[in-house]
Amino acid sequence: MTYVLRAHRLGKRYRQRWVLSDCTLDIPAGHIVGLVGPNGAGKTTLLSLVSGMLSPTAGTIEVCGGRPGSGAAQLAKVGFVAQDTPTYARLTVAEHLRLGAKLNPRWDDALARDRIRRLGLDPAQRAEKLSGGQRAQLALTLGIAKRPELLVLDEPVAALDPLARREFLGDLMESVVEHGLSVLLSSHVVSDVERVCDYLVALVASRVRLAGEVDTLLATHHRLTGARRDPSRLPAGQEVITVSHTERQTTLLVRADTPVHDPTWTVSQPGLEDLVLAYLTRPAMSGTDRSALEVAR
Amino acid sequence: MIWLTWRQSRGPVAVVAAALAVLAAVLAITVAGLSQLANTTSGTAFLNGLTSLDSTLYTVGAAAVLAVPGLVGVFWGAPLITRELEAGTHRLVWNQGVTRTRWLATKLGCTGLLAMAAAGLTSLLVTWWAGPIDTAVDGTTATVGFYFPQMFPVLFDTRGIVPVGYAAFAFTLGVTIGVFVRNTLPAMAATLGAYLAVQVAVPLWLRPNLMAPVTTTTPITMQNMLNITGNSLNVASPAPGAWIIAQHTVDTAGNQVGMPSWFDGCLGTSNVGACVGRLTSLGYRQVVDYQPASRFWTFQWYELTIYLALALVLGGFCAWWVRRRVS
Amino acid sequence: MIEFHLDARSGVAPYLQLVHQVRQAMRLGLLRAGDQLPTVKDVVAGLAINPNTVLKAYRELEHDGLVAGRPGVGTFVTRTLADSTVAAHEPLRRELRRWLAKARRAGLADDSIEALFITTFRTTMGEDIA
Repeated sequence: MTYVLRAHRLGKRYRQRWVLSDCTLDIPAGHIVGLVGPNGAGKTTLLSLVSGMLSPTAGTIEVCGGRPGSGAAQLAKVGFVAQDTPTYARLTVAEHLRLGAKLNPRWDDALARDRIRRLGLDPAQRAEKLSGGQRAQLALTLGIAKRPELLVLDEPVAALDPLARREFLGDLMESVVEHGLSVLLSSHVVSDVERVCDYLVALVASRVRLAGEVDTLLATHHRLTGARRDPSRLPAGQEVITVSHTERQTTLLVRADTPVHDPTWTVSQPGLEDLVLAYLTRPAMSGTDRSALEVAR
Repeated sequence: MIWLTWRQSRGPVAVVAAALAVLAAVLAITVAGLSQLANTTSGTAFLNGLTSLDSTLYTVGAAAVLAVPGLVGVFWGAPLITRELEAGTHRLVWNQGVTRTRWLATKLGCTGLLAMAAAGLTSLLVTWWAGPIDTAVDGTTATVGFYFPQMFPVLFDTRGIVPVGYAAFAFTLGVTIGVFVRNTLPAMAATLGAYLAVQVAVPLWLRPNLMAPVTTTTPITMQNMLNITGNSLNVASPAPGAWIIAQHTVDTAGNQVGMPSWFDGCLGTSNVGACVGRLTSLGYRQVVDYQPASRFWTFQWYELTIYLALALVLGGFCAWWVRRRVS
Repeated sequence: MIEFHLDARSGVAPYLQLVHQVRQAMRLGLLRAGDQLPTVKDVVAGLAINPNTVLKAYRELEHDGLVAGRPGVGTFVTRTLADSTVAAHEPLRRELRRWLAKARRAGLADDSIEALFITTFRTTMGEDIA
């Protein structure tokens, strides 16, 4: 199995503060990975480490089999579309494509021009005159046409209106089908990634709290509702994520590899957003269980 | 990458090129008259025959050569990296297929070479135009108008090949300061300040010591006595075109002394010639440390080498920083 | 060619929604044997969903024998379901009418009948899938 991202106890310190700590991830290729977490959790830092914009303070990271930022060959494997999709204001769309052609060895010019034409962008238009959605599409074109193995996007749709958002994501999905690339995109809105991602990483307060395939995560987490009771008396193999009690009722979110058959519980399936929220609000673990809650396939 | 460098810098380069063209045109107009005057007269007569337009152009030309490295440092160097950082476009261009080292090397190399060429061309133009004037000034110890020998501090900076070194240094200085300051306008201001500071410090402390000055002892006469500042007397240059570093008066025994107490009073009463004559008869002489005009080109090469070396060091630092850093 | 839509709030997994929509279209006669299903690329571009969702749906339909994939060409319907019209299930229909009459005699309002039916249907179907 090829991995698109392998990180082992990855950490980044910035001026006395650990913005990312103890991250261990093994993400296989061929997925669309969503990186979620509140603002300030370390998402941009992790993506910067993946693209090679930053170098780690602790631990190791390997992207598409190589060290990020380690040379032209590695740069060609990873495309990066930064937050707010920066473009050169005074350069035209056509000049941006020329930039891509001159600076990228694997540049697919036909693909780039075809995309621009389909998107209806005027090649002679300066980037500063484009709308936010058009600039995002231009940046995406630059990322896709360099034919990377992994495309990294930092909050790509945060500033877009719903129509532009749908078009952007639809375009991105189409490119995934056409070119078989893996995608790593971050968002602080879970519903954005829910539609599009099949692998999820949740980052809270600089640590990875959850990582795994979406289908597996949903299948192994259950919401148990029933009469009020002590949650510590659950059978082994069922790990409690969150607990809430009312006077007469207890609601638990548990992780269990096997189905729950206890008839005294009403078992239901939490949605992805509820699941992520549960992990976000769960207090940080201490002691030996610091490692990521990675759900194996 | 070269295309991108050109595309990003073509505006500022065009401005400088246009200014150079204007300067060349202006100088070309008067050069004919100048060379004709040089054919018919020479020395002090030539200098006295120069018009006020010639004098203005002399100053303008010098100012232009002085300005080019500073402008290049402030307007080409400082924004090079800071503008990318401010706009966030470094996240775009550093994630294409060229390494940051290659990106920086191409930008520094191409734009730096253009900067050096601009400074070199300006200096070439002005040195060529002012050739007759410089020859005349270097041939006499008298001071005529606002014309100075080439060895003199400010004028040295505007002739020959050193401006090429200044431009290289100012440019890389601008880029380096931009790396620390990260905002374009403050970086531009800081670059200007730092460059000016260096340009003042070098003729003050470095250039006089590039080679050990020539020392000569000369009697004090009516012809060579210039003025008295405080308790020290100054004489004119003992050699044509020389740059006086320091001078002091010595007595018969060779000890450095100030003016004798009676001299001041003497000046106020009888004729100065007698006072000076008395000084000489008492054995007072002037020791002058100077750099002769013949060392002009040696000094130019020394300084050029030093500035180019500095530019290379700064460039290397920028390359290291760009590799190591940033998001 | 049918067009898919997705109800993000329905609680039903996206791939199942696609499967249901194909079955429904086949039942209504909109899709017949030999018709091509939309390509994964087109579905994904229009709906902005993960390609694996579509692949999973098409795989399930293939597993049920309703469609077949031709590599390099597309996915094609292999059966026509429209024949299984309501008429073919007349006995079931009669039984249902009797049950509805019983429910009305028991005093249930239309809403309650519908709710009773839907919850029982979902629970039973859920048990089948689990």
